[in-house]
Amino acid sequence: MARALINVPKAAKRGQVIEIKTLISHIMETGFRHDDVGQPIPRDIITDFVCTYNGEQIFRADLYPAVAANPFITFFTVATESGTIAFEWNGDNGFHETESVQIMVE
Amino acid sequence: MIVFATRWWRYALAAALLITAVAVVVIARAEIPLSERHSGYDDIGRDTKAMQDDDMINPATLWVLDGETLWNTKAGAAGRACADCHGQAADSMKGVAARYPAYDAARKGPVDLEQRINICRTDHQKAMPFKFESKELLALATYVGRQSRGMQIENSDERLKPFIEAGRKLFTQRQGQINLSCAQCHDDNWGKHLASSLIPQGHPTGYPIYRLEWQSLGSLQRRLRNCMIGMRAEPYGYGAPENVNMEVFLMWRARGLKLETPAVRP
Amino acid sequence: MRDSIKGTTRRELLGAIAGAGIASVIRIEPSRATPTSMKAAIRNVVGEAAVKKGKVHIDVPPLVENGNTVSLTIEVDSPMTPKDHVKAIHVFNELNPQPNVISAHIGPHAGRAKISTRFRLADTQTIVAIAEMSDGSFWSASADVVVTLAACLETL
Repeated sequence: MARALINVPKAAKRGQVIEIKTLISHIMETGFRHDDVGQPIPRDIITDFVCTYNGEQIFRADLYPAVAANPFITFFTVATESGTIAFEWNGDNGFHETESVQIMVE
Repeated sequence: MIVFATRWWRYALAAALLITAVAVVVIARAEIPLSERHSGYDDIGRDTKAMQDDDMINPATLWVLDGETLWNTKAGAAGRACADCHGQAADSMKGVAARYPAYDAARKGPVDLEQRINICRTDHQKAMPFKFESKELLALATYVGRQSRGMQIENSDERLKPFIEAGRKLFTQRQGQINLSCAQCHDDNWGKHLASSLIPQGHPTGYPIYRLEWQSLGSLQRRLRNCMIGMRAEPYGYGAPENVNMEVFLMWRARGLKLETPAVRP
Repeated sequence: MRDSIKGTTRRELLGAIAGAGIASVIRIEPSRATPTSMKAAIRNVVGEAAVKKGKVHIDVPPLVENGNTVSLTIEVDSPMTPKDHVKAIHVFNELNPQPNVISAHIGPHAGRAKISTRFRLADTQTIVAIAEMSDGSFWSASADVVVTLAACLETL
């Protein structure tokens, strides 16, 4: 089942600043809600998100319950060389998702 | 003046005023002129519009992708995928969602897209139907709906007429604890605000939608049930004929507007 | 007053209806963050350093369409060179149950100190974005956001 949407330009010029857009499917249950019989619903969120570019970390985010469901995060990076841009999400209850895309840099 | 000494004239005056007031209200509850209708897309903010316009940042795309996977997955005792009968959805499903709910001859009444998908599941795939509002059913409905994006909503099937009327009756009747009808907000007061929320005209131009309030994707029936709960009225069950008739009426009311599935709404 | 209905007074009936209506609207409120706990969360990040106003730009709607999903963009003025860049952007809020929203760690390879996300706001409040610079300084901006409940709620 589709887990994440990744938007990275397929190709870029060396030194060009490119925008990376990510969206991952996740309920981001805050832990502050109660069900209709008053029982607290336990927290279930993504707690961190890391992006690496050919193995080197270029972005990291700590997420808190205030991040909306289906976390959407965009950031920028300088296109340096062709290779792999990899993404990793970790969270409560052993949540662990990875994605990667290729980029061509000339 | 003996006639003014008796009370009857007061009652007659009151009755006349009441009839006039009711007549004014009834006249005010007319449908929106065709040229004044617009999609809820025009009412939403810049960032919400941006979410809808770009498939890559529209969370609903996750459901479209899931729907595509399901479309191509063999299922049921018959071991068939949707693709086995319908081929490429981009071809075979083009225009379908724009004319749903559609009249089903075997059932002598309209069925909405979710029901139609389940009919295919049970009759042709020999599989269990999906539960209403399940991830799978929403994914397939969104994927199919996506194939009609940009097309005009149309429902000229004559056989739908009695169901459009049944839906119109539900739309204009007062109901619930606050004795409110759908028409009072969405025909008479669209464009104004209810507790700082802008009242839209209420055209289902983009269903299933990603709703910011739900932080998830949901069907038109979920939205209608949401409305009725908000109005303090008892909502109809998923798949109930009242819900389908309302869908038929609302799509007729939105005829000619373009389908935006999957839309993003507050 | 001649407005009783079959033994129940109008007032009692309205009270019962209002009670039934309100019961389904009220959400059980947990302990909330306060401007004080937001200050504490900020101090957790900046320590004793002074936080200067400036360089940080917050793009958030002043009146949100729905507090459950609010689009947010933060941009920080910076040449983003190895000697002078933004190390991290931290976002805080006043009145959600927790004062933190997100912390983004970037660096000179970002090229541009700009992030976007979607977050939740429980009530009308002020949000604060703090940029942590490579020279150890902190810069901030704040934005007031008006948040209302949706007109028609779906009960849980």
